[in-house]
Amino acid sequence: MIVLKDITKKYDNGFEALKNISLHCNEGEITALIGPSGCGKTTLMKLINRLNNPTSGSVFIKGKDISEIDPVELRRSIGYVIQQIGLFPHMNIAKNVGTVPKLLKWDKERIGKRVDELLNLVSLDPETYRNRLPSELSGGQQQRVGVIRALAADPSVILMDEPFSALDPISREQLQEELVRLQREIKKTIVFVTHDMDEALKIADKIVLMKSGEIVQHGTPEEILRHPANEFVEDFIGQKRLKRYQGIPPVSQVMVERPITVTPNRGLAESMRIMEDKKVDSIIVVDEKNHLLGYVTVFDIVKAYQNEDTKIKDIMHSFNTTVNPDTPLTEAIQLMNKLQVPYLPVLNEKGLLEGLLTRGSIVGYVGSEYHSIKEGVV
Amino acid sequence: MQDYGYLSVFYERMPDLLGKLSEHIFLSGISVLLGCLVAIPLGVLLIKTHIRWMKSLTFNITNIFQTIPSIALLAMIATVLGFGTETAVMALFLYSLMPILKNTYAGFDSIDPQIIQSAEGMGYSPMQRLVQIEIPLALPYIMSGIRLTTVYIVSWAVLAGLIGGGGLGELILAALSLNDKPLIIASSVMAMILALVADFILGKLEKAFTKSSNTEAQKI
Repeated sequence: MIVLKDITKKYDNGFEALKNISLHCNEGEITALIGPSGCGKTTLMKLINRLNNPTSGSVFIKGKDISEIDPVELRRSIGYVIQQIGLFPHMNIAKNVGTVPKLLKWDKERIGKRVDELLNLVSLDPETYRNRLPSELSGGQQQRVGVIRALAADPSVILMDEPFSALDPISREQLQEELVRLQREIKKTIVFVTHDMDEALKIADKIVLMKSGEIVQHGTPEEILRHPANEFVEDFIGQKRLKRYQGIPPVSQVMVERPITVTPNRGLAESMRIMEDKKVDSIIVVDEKNHLLGYVTVFDIVKAYQNEDTKIKDIMHSFNTTVNPDTPLTEAIQLMNKLQVPYLPVLNEKGLLEGLLTRGSIVGYVGSEYHSIKEGVV
Repeated sequence: MQDYGYLSVFYERMPDLLGKLSEHIFLSGISVLLGCLVAIPLGVLLIKTHIRWMKSLTFNITNIFQTIPSIALLAMIATVLGFGTETAVMALFLYSLMPILKNTYAGFDSIDPQIIQSAEGMGYSPMQRLVQIEIPLALPYIMSGIRLTTVYIVSWAVLAGLIGGGGLGELILAALSLNDKPLIIASSVMAMILALVADFILGKLEKAFTKSSNTEAQKI
């Protein structure tokens, strides 16, 4: 979606702000540029809307070289949120939010409608806030307006330059959560500059770690936490955070290794007996080679029990979601919570059933961990 | 010579007073207007330019005009333009430059660079940024400069009488030579009232702009 190719940026005084940088930002993802101040992250971001131009190299958006697009036109097609607030103090909230649509010459009615829609999106009542001046809003509210102002003309790319860094910790956390929630709906390609690792880990799909004009590491938060490229990355992440993340076991350590299974051609009475025997209320269906097919609950069997010809395969449900043995436990737990399922099948790379992550197995694991810690203390 | 009292002079000499008052208004008004037309664009130009010496040079030149005593300036210009209204307007115009220029510059200078960058990043063209963002934000400062200048110019315009430039100053000088005390007082009061009224009206305007732009106006 956004491709930066062999970018260098040299200033007249000889300072090299960016050294031969190539970067790819995927469509619909949040890419966080992070690094100590002066590392070039903001400079890099500003290349994308041509607030900065590279000394050499090119930037492509959707395959188009942006040096061939008029900067003013380009900027109107890219959302922009900056540090502090950047709201225009002499315009009310509606006018601030409607800025880009107005520059794009939308008609008044359409702008008004869009403004109300956006204010609702961040839970600011349009009736109350439309006519207020920015100074009459709290810092958190102002930054919400800053974010929706960038969304106004529905750009596919949004640049955010440390948008939440001036906020108090509570509003900052709220806004980060809101951004994550919002992003699930709007699926924009977002480039987000920050110096806060927690923020990057929380919101980013990809993290780009920079140091003195170079990219040190580029990867998912998971990759960066698990395999820091060098000492600088480790230091930047911080030992405490590394331990917290690396201490989390993969699913394979927690799962039930031999879950109760049946083959699809078994009869219902037979399956019922197995379930009674093993005291479980649902059973996993696999074929002879242990490929996962689905599951059946005891209620499904009771419902269909009258018909003697019914086989397991006739009443089984398939799984929408599975995890692999390397999935970190935290991620799997979040998934289970989100999907509201009592268990998740664990498949290896060949699609064979390795085990089953159940609530019971998680409790058992946490219990044993807690136990051992306690023992260690005593 | 004087056959009227301090109060009845207003009634007796009303036509003269009003005539000279309107000349005075014209004199000060045209000078301030010219000052605005030159100093405001110049201020914008100076804030946009990156050439440092141009800034200091312009400020120094306008400052120099400010330091020349008003009578001396009038005399100097009179040697070139001769006696009359043009000379008076020229001198007053030169006096008005510095305060308007300084306030215009300060107004633009006071705008948070973040706001400018945010406007640029959102896709305002340089002209749109100037008209829709920067001028409205600098306006309270500019207005305050105009107001201050107007009050000065109204009082300095009295000196125009010395070189036949018209205005209440002429009336005062005439009355002085005739030792017509009530007329001197009446003319002076007229000039004072004019200054106060101008200050009041422009103050109201300034307040209106300040309110709408929500920025504290700073007086220089």
